Amino acid sequence: MTRYDKQVAIVGAAETTELGVIPDMSQLQLHADAALNALADAGLKPSDIDGVATAGESPTTIAHYLGITPNWVDGTAVGGCSFMIHVRHAVAALLTGQCHTVLITHGESGKSGIGRGRGRGNATSLQGQFEAPFGVVGPPTMFTLPVLRYMKRYGLTHEQLAMVAVVQRQWAGMNPRASKREPITVEDVLSSRMIAYPFHLLECCLVTDGGGALILTTADRAGDFPQPPVYVWGTGESVETPMVSQMADLTSSRAFAVAGPRAMSDAGISHSDVDHLMIYDAFAHLPIYGLEDLGFCGRGEAGAFIEEGHTAPGGELPLNTNGGGLSYMHSGMYGMYALQESVRQLRGTAPAQVEGAEVSVCLGVGGMFGASGCVVMGSQPKA
Amino acid sequence: MSGSRPLPEPTPETQHFWDGTRAGELRLQRCDDCAHVYFPPRPFCPACASRSVSVFAASGRARLDSYVINHRPHPAFEGHYAIALVELEEGPRMMSNIVSCEQTPEALVLDMPLEVTFEPQNDSITLPLFRPAAEGSKT
Repeated sequence: MTRYDKQVAIVGAAETTELGVIPDMSQLQLHADAALNALADAGLKPSDIDGVATAGESPTTIAHYLGITPNWVDGTAVGGCSFMIHVRHAVAALLTGQCHTVLITHGESGKSGIGRGRGRGNATSLQGQFEAPFGVVGPPTMFTLPVLRYMKRYGLTHEQLAMVAVVQRQWAGMNPRASKREPITVEDVLSSRMIAYPFHLLECCLVTDGGGALILTTADRAGDFPQPPVYVWGTGESVETPMVSQMADLTSSRAFAVAGPRAMSDAGISHSDVDHLMIYDAFAHLPIYGLEDLGFCGRGEAGAFIEEGHTAPGGELPLNTNGGGLSYMHSGMYGMYALQESVRQLRGTAPAQVEGAEVSVCLGVGGMFGASGCVVMGSQPKA
Repeated sequence: MSGSRPLPEPTPETQHFWDGTRAGELRLQRCDDCAHVYFPPRPFCPACASRSVSVFAASGRARLDSYVINHRPHPAFEGHYAIALVELEEGPRMMSNIVSCEQTPEALVLDMPLEVTFEPQNDSITLPLFRPAAEGSKT
């Protein structure tokens, strides 16, 4: 028996109509396009929604734009895992009766930059004072910083790091909506343009436009909607540091190691129960850190685990089956797309469907190893 | 340098650090109660929350903890350049750049001994950078 009598289900899920390069749509409209698609998926109208959560835009803006009068909002914005954390907060709100039907939206004109405010760096912030002066230019020069230490400590090879991108491209090749689908080899990855040593272009995420939205309600209502419900079994969240230079351990994400195991224990599952796994892959080392921080692999073992094909099509632990941020899409805050793929897998509607997938773990990252949210979902209610 | 770096704007809690670099000192803080040494600056100990902390000058000795070599353009840098994480002898880790050293994987060897050097940017801001430690220096 769980701590709650009731459970929460995802009853609507959709991405924007288009993904990739969408020059004719503002960031706000990407939120709305995804929201309208999710509402249609659930057979609901905006007036049926009484809870709104979002990141990247204010929930005030989203509610006003969609014509929603919420009595619950959540604007938690800690980067790309914010949407996993919104799910966790929505579960608490729904189970305590603060609201009845929650809409979580994401939209990001990451490639085209339409209707997207460009935040200026704050020179008084901790990052502004103690990282920005040293030549960092965006995530490729920050998120990547820990990996040489990991490689020295555990012997991870450049070829193993490249293999992460190769395997995810195998999954993307099965997905018509993936931005990059042509097969690639380790040699292709290692001969692609150097972005920030040791990371080559193909080890860095895509930069695209898109969005996604989820609708959650209590499980007692889940049968009232047209799609098979996906049940939220467990959730976790944490934050570590706004500065990658201040990670406690350069070879492990403390936020992963808090949020992930919490979600799995909340769900009452062990590693062998997991049929499908999503680990937010802004760069090729993230699935390696995630597999170890979640406990699927011992320290230093995840590179070989991926290289041996265990996470590839046909392997026993299908990972990032949409192609991931490396090959499917990455608008900047990718977490929503990982959640969408977990929902598709548990509905049985994924392009690269894992046969019989009943339990999915979805681990997100925010900032540069700054935050994490994790959601465990099941195709049936939690026992 | 072909352009200027984005420069820090000190706050009341960090002014001593930037006053220190201008004076040729790398200033850290130590908790008077639990002896924890920490960075970045704040007027309390992040280990035990004590407000009783003292500023002191670090040795300036460090080792190379990790880095990337950026291949994309930056207005303040010419060519490829390393963004480094250095672990100070006193324990804290900080971001910096490695100067007087080729910016290549062959020259930048993890755990190599480093020493601080100070590079003035204008009248108020001097950045702490690191260079390979001189032969015979105690590291």
